[in-house]
Amino acid sequence: MTDFRRSVLRPSLRTGLIFGGVALFLTLVGIIEVFSEREVIDGVVSMSYTVLWLVMGGAGYSAAARYKAERRYLLGGVSGAIAGLVTAVLLGILVVLGTAVNLRSVLVNATPALMRLLTFGQSTGVGVVLLLAAGAIVGLLGGLLKMVPERVRRPLLTGVAGVLVISVLHELIAVLFKSLGFPRGFIRFLFARKGLTPAGALISFVLLASLSVLWPIARSRVNQRVSSLPPRQRRSVRLLTFIALLAFLLFIPDLFQLYWTDVIDNVGLFILMGLGLNIVVGFAGLLDLGYVAFFAIGAYVTGLLTSPASSLGWGLSFWVAWPVAMVVGALAGVLLGIPVLRMRGDYLAIVTLGFGEIIRVLANSDLLKPYIGGAQGILQIPKPSIAGIQLITSQQLYYLILLGCLVAIFVSWRLSDSRVGRAWIAMREDEDVAQAMGINLIKYKLLAFAIGATFSAMSGAIFATKLSSIFPHSFNLLISINVLSLIIVGGMASIPGVIVGALILVGLPEVLREFAEYRLLMYGALLVIMMLVRPEGFWPAARRRLELREDGLEIAGGET
Amino acid sequence: MQRIRVWRVSATDLIIWGIGFLIGGIALWGTIATLREGLYTSSDWVSFLIFGLAQGAVYALIALGYTLVYGILFMINFAHGEIFMGGAYIGYFVARAFDESGFLDSNPILALAIIFLVAMSVSISMAVALERIAYRPLRRAPRLVPLITAIGASLFLQYSFRGLFGTGIKVYPDVEILKGSWQIGGVMVLRIHVIVFVCAVLMMAGLYWLVQRTKMGKAMRAVAEDKDAAALMGIDVDRVIVNTFIVGGALAGAGGVLFALYNKQVIHTMGFIPGIKAFTAAVLGGIGNIPGAMFGGLFLGIFESIGPPLFFTGLGVPSPNQLKDVIAFSMLVLVLIFRPTGLLGEVLTEKKA
Amino acid sequence: MRSRYLLISIVALLALIVSACAAPAAPPPKEEAAPAEEFTYEDEWGVVVIPAGEPLRLGFVAGLSGAGIDVLGLDEKRGAELAVKDKGEVLGFPIELQVEDGQCNAEGGQTVANKLVADPEIVAVVGHMCSSSCIPAADIYDQNHYSMVSPSCTAPSLTDPATHKPIFFRTAWNDKIQGPAAAKFAYDVLGVRKVATIHDGSPYAEQLGQEFAKAFEALGGQIVAREAVNVGDTDMRPVLTRIKAEDPDLIYWSGFVAEGAYLAVQRADVGMEDVYFMGADGIRADAFIEAAGDAAEGVYASAANPGEAGPGMEDFLKAYKEAYGEDPIAPFHAHAYDATMLILNAIEQVAKVDPEGNLHIGRKALRDAIANTKGYQGLTGTLSCDENGDCGVGSVAISKVENGKWVVVSD
Repeated sequence: MTDFRRSVLRPSLRTGLIFGGVALFLTLVGIIEVFSEREVIDGVVSMSYTVLWLVMGGAGYSAAARYKAERRYLLGGVSGAIAGLVTAVLLGILVVLGTAVNLRSVLVNATPALMRLLTFGQSTGVGVVLLLAAGAIVGLLGGLLKMVPERVRRPLLTGVAGVLVISVLHELIAVLFKSLGFPRGFIRFLFARKGLTPAGALISFVLLASLSVLWPIARSRVNQRVSSLPPRQRRSVRLLTFIALLAFLLFIPDLFQLYWTDVIDNVGLFILMGLGLNIVVGFAGLLDLGYVAFFAIGAYVTGLLTSPASSLGWGLSFWVAWPVAMVVGALAGVLLGIPVLRMRGDYLAIVTLGFGEIIRVLANSDLLKPYIGGAQGILQIPKPSIAGIQLITSQQLYYLILLGCLVAIFVSWRLSDSRVGRAWIAMREDEDVAQAMGINLIKYKLLAFAIGATFSAMSGAIFATKLSSIFPHSFNLLISINVLSLIIVGGMASIPGVIVGALILVGLPEVLREFAEYRLLMYGALLVIMMLVRPEGFWPAARRRLELREDGLEIAGGET
Repeated sequence: MQRIRVWRVSATDLIIWGIGFLIGGIALWGTIATLREGLYTSSDWVSFLIFGLAQGAVYALIALGYTLVYGILFMINFAHGEIFMGGAYIGYFVARAFDESGFLDSNPILALAIIFLVAMSVSISMAVALERIAYRPLRRAPRLVPLITAIGASLFLQYSFRGLFGTGIKVYPDVEILKGSWQIGGVMVLRIHVIVFVCAVLMMAGLYWLVQRTKMGKAMRAVAEDKDAAALMGIDVDRVIVNTFIVGGALAGAGGVLFALYNKQVIHTMGFIPGIKAFTAAVLGGIGNIPGAMFGGLFLGIFESIGPPLFFTGLGVPSPNQLKDVIAFSMLVLVLIFRPTGLLGEVLTEKKA
Repeated sequence: MRSRYLLISIVALLALIVSACAAPAAPPPKEEAAPAEEFTYEDEWGVVVIPAGEPLRLGFVAGLSGAGIDVLGLDEKRGAELAVKDKGEVLGFPIELQVEDGQCNAEGGQTVANKLVADPEIVAVVGHMCSSSCIPAADIYDQNHYSMVSPSCTAPSLTDPATHKPIFFRTAWNDKIQGPAAAKFAYDVLGVRKVATIHDGSPYAEQLGQEFAKAFEALGGQIVAREAVNVGDTDMRPVLTRIKAEDPDLIYWSGFVAEGAYLAVQRADVGMEDVYFMGADGIRADAFIEAAGDAAEGVYASAANPGEAGPGMEDFLKAYKEAYGEDPIAPFHAHAYDATMLILNAIEQVAKVDPEGNLHIGRKALRDAIANTKGYQGLTGTLSCDENGDCGVGSVAISKVENGKWVVVSD
């Protein structure tokens, strides 16, 4: 008995307490209640219950992990049930407390509505019993899930995860289906207004579960086939993939319609900035926290030159302003780069952060108001036009952004393998050694700042014309932080990494827009979790990957 | 120290100095113009100085947390501002409860001590949890990775507090003994200013003693010098790092309550700007250097307070106070141009900087 | 073999280029045509058709995230929700708000506007909240012919004949009304002649401060100091010391609660407790009194005139308290209520139900119906829309904090 207590009860209890803490946190922070407005499967389960079940099931799943290797199925199940139960007990205590005492004077989200949610609309006593039973059962299921063999578990997990993802993204997918010409009835069959229909959920589950079984087989077969082709044909295959990708890129506005194209536009602007910062931070190793300054400069130059309402009032065409903005951006990059040439690491970071803030404060100031509009910004910035066609909607502007991104990707890609790129990387690894090898630090540092700033100014110019009005408030520190985060989440010094990072950190929060208040909370949690799970980023550069693989994370080490 | 480079004046040096002298020249010109205008009396200037000292003392307390962590882990703990916020925030609930029960008025010293203790322990537990969850697994990762988790943690903490305790501004109750002012030499000095300043200085002195004189401090310094060597000497590096976070958290929590007693309002975003400013202060003084953080904080506070009227009034700049961050950061650039390792920073070896 | 791939790829590429060039010229999203033959409903701007059994949906946009902003947005959202509840239904169709967070900036405004116009069944939009969000959004709604009624975008440019978009309306007043009203009160009633203005660098506060200063100088007063602080500042003593050197009789603050309370409180620290402190609707909330404590006593603020409020105001406040457990948390709930009602009433006038039970609403007809609103008895007063989209004509009342409560002292 004491053996049971030591080997099962205590660890399960601990796991349950941790997951219970998570559940309590999610409940009290208000997420559970807000999620009740969204359905995962329409009329069957709402997002709030889904999250609760996931936490309880997760408790069971991780509690059972200890018994997996020994295949002690019974113990795994019991341990899972205990962990789930403990999680539920913590919630039950909250319910009892919340109905007896008024917690709301401190914890604003301990509302009666929340208590109703947790007790399934029953009276407190019945509700708590139900909650505990649910916890034990879901925990048991989670534990058993961990115990079943991999080939059963994988499809199940993929199916469940897939249903969740599809349900969260249902708006986007519905739009996609609509633009592909699926009949309305079909879409309604799969998607309800706030989630999946039961039929849709079932179909997604089956589809994804079978896909998870078939996919590895198919992939290895295709790989085999391709690698067995003669080199020339292999190149053709690669060319075809590339063309298909390009075709997809060109058709995005038609496929994704207005709103999602607009989101992709925003992602594109961040990709542009990310590529620029990637040169400064990723290649050259200069930590810049004030990158937004150049974005602002690009936007303001464009605004000043093109808007008839600006203090200059010239009303030039965007096509004139765009290159000017880039040149001014590059000059600003050099200008702000000179004072920091001698600084390193975190000194550089704080000074660049200061530059970013100085630019924003000046743009917002009454001092420069007569010239650049102060808090009122610059309005009436015209849209660019090609051959008499104005690029007005986000769908049309998409092509401008795509053009910018392609150019920037091409330039980054060529640079990364050039002499310049190698010089930067040498500089990043060790400045003194690089200098000793005859690399002119000043020249290459300024070059990195200038090119990085050019991309950012390019992005800022498009931003200005896309919004047709700019305000200093848009150029805050959060943008710099966001861009830095996306290149690190994507994988430092990796060009595809920038794209992946931008999709994750700019695109994903858009899916969460309706949970307005919790967006930044989830964003923060996402950053932490992603870095813990994949510190090298989602798509690390080949060189980095090698470094990290060779001897753990040691080489890129803490103190360089 | 180990520079191979031969010292010679290059074109870039000239440009850098040119920029430095330009900023300095504008400041000097503005100062002369302002003083000749004579808008402010000398007691006004003293008031500016005192406001700056009180604000700077709070910056310094937060900056110490940055510097301690930086000195040991070489990482910018971006979430440190939120640790400061957390202490002030939870302290508010205690203060409100004491105020409603009348304990705050009947027994103010004890009540304040409890508020400080609660706030400090909240901040300490936040700091330790942060280290355990977000930083420790990444100790060997490239240094930008923990920076990003720190940023993520900062957002997460801010919005967790918002979600848990609501969006509204919370207002600390008035404490009678902290109210009022003294007349010193014709200048009115608020009692709260003196208290904030004295508390901050006492805590900083305590910290200095802790780091320089105790065994724990010695271990901290050893780990800061060389983690691996310290580990070989039998120092439990993990333990020392946790201790560092505990000390930094305690200072931030106390700073949070001082800030709240002084400014009254607390809100979930209150940590962000002081956090950035404190980080600036830490760099200004030479990051990793404890007296540097104190001086950096005070320096920054004073410049933010005196700078706008002193430099801008005479130049006829509209709304000078809007530009105080411009002054703060320009000064930072200026200092770093002439002293690239901060005011009190040692000349760091390349490895550290 | 290779040439065949090449050929295929060239053809594919050409097809892509052609389609890509054609894409930008495509017309804006198509409206669904009226189905029944005997039933016709045409509109120059297209017709929204809501299938029988589905709810009629309005977009609602406000800043719902971000410190200090979310409170204003939540208050507006509640106002709009109460209006929907009060209205119940339109021609038998239940009403639903599609709530979106437009933040308080241009990017958020544009993204959300794009999201709403991508859904052809959204009839019209209540919002946005901040002028910087309204300005780019109005462009998009204009291109897609969605009418918008904003409860709180006060920038003059939005209803300036030169830049006004025909689909834009607002129930809040133009900054050009509130600033001068406050200036007149300060000059005539308080009898001050020397004023210092402070704003927080937000477009709203900066504009309002300027309008106040302009009007005050026109009356013959003197603006002795124009100052600004940053959102998030806490130590206002240096600013106040500077202002004190100019010896004003009144401080006019055009920003919001947090910094306003700091200013009001720290006034005493520099020895200006006897100087009048006046704010605008940004501080006329109970949160200000709570944040400023004793220093709030005697503070003035301009805001919508409760004396002019429509007969429904009392019931509305009661309903508000009942639904959300607290009194209104910011000043714009009633404006949001009126904005929603304005749209719903206009829909009622122009909507038609076809024999199959579908609801048809012409976008141009709807816009015209809103524009023709005259003498509508709303919560904020009697609303009549002028040709530039200004519907809020309510006058300004000045309130003062007396014994911890806002009390109207002049109207």
